Amino acid sequence: MRYLPKSPADRQAMLKAIGTSSIDELFAPIPAEYRLNRDLKVPRQMAESEIVDWFRERSRENGENHASFLGAGAYNHYRPVIIDSLISRGEFLTAYTPYQAEISQGTLQSIFEFQTMICELTGMEVANASMYDGSTAAAEAVMMAVRLTGRRTVAVARSVHPEFREVLATYAFHQGMPLTTVPFTDDGRLDRKSVEDAITGDTACLLIQSPNFFGSLEDVEALAEVAHRKGAMLVVSIAEAVSLGIVEPPRQADIIAMEAQSFGVPVGFGGPYCGVIATREQFVRQMPGRLVGQTVDRGGKRGFVLTLATREQHIRREKATSNICTNQALVALMVNIFMTIYGKVGLKELARHNLAKTAYAVQQFGKHASVLFPATPRFNEFVVQTSEDPYAINSRLLGHKIVGGLPLKKFYPELGNASLWCCTELTTRSMIDTAVGLVAESESSVNGSREESVEEVAR
Amino acid sequence: MSYPSDFKYTKEHEWIKADGSTATIGITKHAQESLGDIVFVELPKPGAELTAGKTFGSVESVKAVSDLYAPATGTVTEVNGDLATAPEKINQDAHSSWMLKIKLKNPGELNALLSSADYEKFVAEEGGS
Amino acid sequence: MSKHMTRKATRHVNQNEGLIFEKSSPGKAAWKLPPLDVPDVSASTLLGTQERKDLGNMPEVSEIEIIRHFTRLSTWNYAIDLGMYPLGSCTMKYNPRVNEVVSRLDGIANGHPYQPEKISQGALRIMKTLSDCLLEITGMDAITLQPAAGAHGEFTGLLMVRAHHESKGTARKKILIPDSAHGTNPATAAMVGYAVENLKSNSKGMVEISALQSQMNEDVAALMLTNPNTLGIFEQEIHKVADILHAKGGLLYMDGANMNALVGKARPGDFGVDVMHLNLHKTFSTPHGGGGPGSGPVAVKKLLEPFLPTPVVISKADGTLGFNYDRPQSVGRVRSFYGNFGMFVRALAYTLANGPDGLRQTTEDAVLNANYIRKGLEGVFDLPYSSPSMHEVVFSDKLQAKNGARTMDLAKRLIDYGFHPYTTAFPLIVPGAMMIEPTESESREELDLFIEAMKSIAQEVEEDAELVKSAPHTTRVARLDETAAARKPILRWKPASEQPQDT
Repeated sequence: MRYLPKSPADRQAMLKAIGTSSIDELFAPIPAEYRLNRDLKVPRQMAESEIVDWFRERSRENGENHASFLGAGAYNHYRPVIIDSLISRGEFLTAYTPYQAEISQGTLQSIFEFQTMICELTGMEVANASMYDGSTAAAEAVMMAVRLTGRRTVAVARSVHPEFREVLATYAFHQGMPLTTVPFTDDGRLDRKSVEDAITGDTACLLIQSPNFFGSLEDVEALAEVAHRKGAMLVVSIAEAVSLGIVEPPRQADIIAMEAQSFGVPVGFGGPYCGVIATREQFVRQMPGRLVGQTVDRGGKRGFVLTLATREQHIRREKATSNICTNQALVALMVNIFMTIYGKVGLKELARHNLAKTAYAVQQFGKHASVLFPATPRFNEFVVQTSEDPYAINSRLLGHKIVGGLPLKKFYPELGNASLWCCTELTTRSMIDTAVGLVAESESSVNGSREESVEEVAR
Repeated sequence: MSYPSDFKYTKEHEWIKADGSTATIGITKHAQESLGDIVFVELPKPGAELTAGKTFGSVESVKAVSDLYAPATGTVTEVNGDLATAPEKINQDAHSSWMLKIKLKNPGELNALLSSADYEKFVAEEGGS
Repeated sequence: MSKHMTRKATRHVNQNEGLIFEKSSPGKAAWKLPPLDVPDVSASTLLGTQERKDLGNMPEVSEIEIIRHFTRLSTWNYAIDLGMYPLGSCTMKYNPRVNEVVSRLDGIANGHPYQPEKISQGALRIMKTLSDCLLEITGMDAITLQPAAGAHGEFTGLLMVRAHHESKGTARKKILIPDSAHGTNPATAAMVGYAVENLKSNSKGMVEISALQSQMNEDVAALMLTNPNTLGIFEQEIHKVADILHAKGGLLYMDGANMNALVGKARPGDFGVDVMHLNLHKTFSTPHGGGGPGSGPVAVKKLLEPFLPTPVVISKADGTLGFNYDRPQSVGRVRSFYGNFGMFVRALAYTLANGPDGLRQTTEDAVLNANYIRKGLEGVFDLPYSSPSMHEVVFSDKLQAKNGARTMDLAKRLIDYGFHPYTTAFPLIVPGAMMIEPTESESREELDLFIEAMKSIAQEVEEDAELVKSAPHTTRVARLDETAAARKPILRWKPASEQPQDT
């Protein structure tokens, strides 16, 4: 097998050196009744060209060359090519966790830069080296707030990504953390009153997302005021990182739980992504995840090390802040390089392009259907409400190799025939015009009560 | 290594010095040696209740954490603020670096603790390496 | 330099490189966006008071500076591509490059998790095929690919254990964990609301059966076992272990970190395991990438199938694949979307590249390599357990400690010989542990160089212990002050104007 650097002669010589005659002797510790004496029933060994062909087939079966209006926690942004050039270097790709600092300064210094830039973008004082994704980052941030306040209940906005809320429910269930859901108003976001009602003296934190699942900005300042006045923390989840280029970060938050996928990570059918937790310095000892700190070596030279490891599982074991061990290091490196490429001016421009494309799409869709929550500022997503079933509309769009917005019925049935659309800098005017045209067509035909059987595209 | 004779000691390597109904608490020289460079001390606030034998905080070095066990029952009256910014003081002189002052609930509890001679013996037996 | 230096290590010059912020200067740029094909907008009009005016100290640099910056940084790292990592239970094997190529194919790299099932058949087929292979390899009945890492898999597995017991009336109270266990095991048990009870190992390094017998009762939900364990020793009485647990309704959880000793040779499902996680970034060659991403699928026996996270992949009547969300007894979701899909692609590519013969040969070579090292170093270093080693071997620093050299010192000196250190000070039951797992990816040449290096270091401890205790001597930075880093943490860069005065 071509990955194995041994000749039969090598194996023979080694067995001899060990003092055994066959490899079977080395497997004798496994009781005979469990030793497999047949081949595993897995596909036969393939040549490299066959492997590539097999996956090319799968790629063809997976919507190659489609234009997409999907967002909802996974965003299609342009990935500058040097990201892959750099992360593909063997010294980054095949390196281990930087526990041995002297031979991991490359990894450690890049993480230090990553932590710095996340702080700059989020307005927080410390950031960790990554969590699995935005959903688990949110869950861990909430658990952090519970530990810090000593309170048990958690108030969660219904405008937070539904799958993030599901993950939180799974984590909370076994920690004795009752969850209260805070409704959103007709403006597509939370208001003071609903938060006043939801937060009690036993509430550890309020979890919101901004821009929220609908792409709308929450009134962070107002909600923070209510939460803090009642002794609760504010945890803010950010799913669309590019928004930080042009939307004020939630500086009033106590903890920010981010998904950084937008920063140079492929959409890749849902993972791997890059969660991050950022917070104030005073809370750092309760923060999960790895942290890189600056120090000096014996000669006084600047260097970097993993630090505050006493929070982590390998030391605290059952009293650890989290069980996280492997994180998303290589993906965080992609994020790091992306943030470095765009930087101070580019991130703002990139975000502005997203705003512009979305504003144009909203205007065009608005001529033929209802775009919800017009009074609330938004970033790059919006909700379109149509007379026709969104699944039927999307079916028609698929015929033009366009993937339409996410139908929302399964998450928010009260919104009826609504779907969530996202425009990024990669969305072209022509894509928008085509999609709008096809929606317009169906809206006028439905309103003109023309019957058509349309192949429903199941979600 | 000598241990002050006016202190009492626990098997978890804390020392306690009584002064009537109040007492001062710290960790022993042996404890700080085992831990290595101390980087952080987690202590309760004034007003907190300590119960003899139960944990009341922890001491961290770079690679380890040790729980702190209360040598006696009482209420915390004072916490050594120096340790928040200079935990290395414990390494420099563990027997002078007090952590907490408490008001004892039952001063008689201290009679059950080890004298300096007994503690020294205990450390020697526990050691070996 | 010591007269003992071996042939492997060679010196080279590394460029100095500061932080990227130290190169930043207004007006430099590495990006360019195409012109807007829609009307421009005013951010202040659209966003009002929530418009962000300033991006603070974010850097401004050019493309070549970025290329040089990260290229230079990369040269300061050790990596599998450069040489052996003998880290125990990490399984630092070759990361095949075809894995990287196929994960970048358009439909795979750019597929959206919410795109219609009709155009997701490729992704679903990848998930189904990988799942089937992993089930065959483990001998289990059902599987979820959702957990993002091993610890995440442990969390998911224990959630299912809990759900199972709750469905029988009571969640039960505790999890038994051997004293040789990886730290994630007890950390996970606590996250799922269980108390942790320690289980002692016997003198052979295996679970003490009589201890298990006396500690097993109806309060115990499960035993979390790694097999082979962290000493590299196969639990030969595993069936007794399973029987004792099952007799009182308990479940056997297996931490699959050490599957590299078992693939194609034995299957956990056959020896009594009810639930286990796999580490795709260990056994299945997905790259470590400096600490992640990983992937921790969880495989279960039929009795736990109803509790799998939602959704599960199903085959429909018309032959297509889909996701099933109608799972009333599911423990819920452990992360958004379907898991670290990119790692599924890589793990599957690895499996297809190997086939049944390759997988078996891989396991045999892994065990052969570990035993070769054990033979080569027996007598030079203390071997705390005489039980046979599978794919990893644990020595201790006992013989060297009398000269004041501890496992960490020996490990640091190994760096000067051109290797990454082995795992130091773990498992906790071996004081001064030296845990070595070569994996199948090491040639005889590399193993001989390693053995030679370790012997040389042992010699140096006798002749010049200080040299070893102050190692490494050949790296860009010497030993770093971890105490200062923990006492006064500096966790981000600040411009000079914002730094505190006493820095």
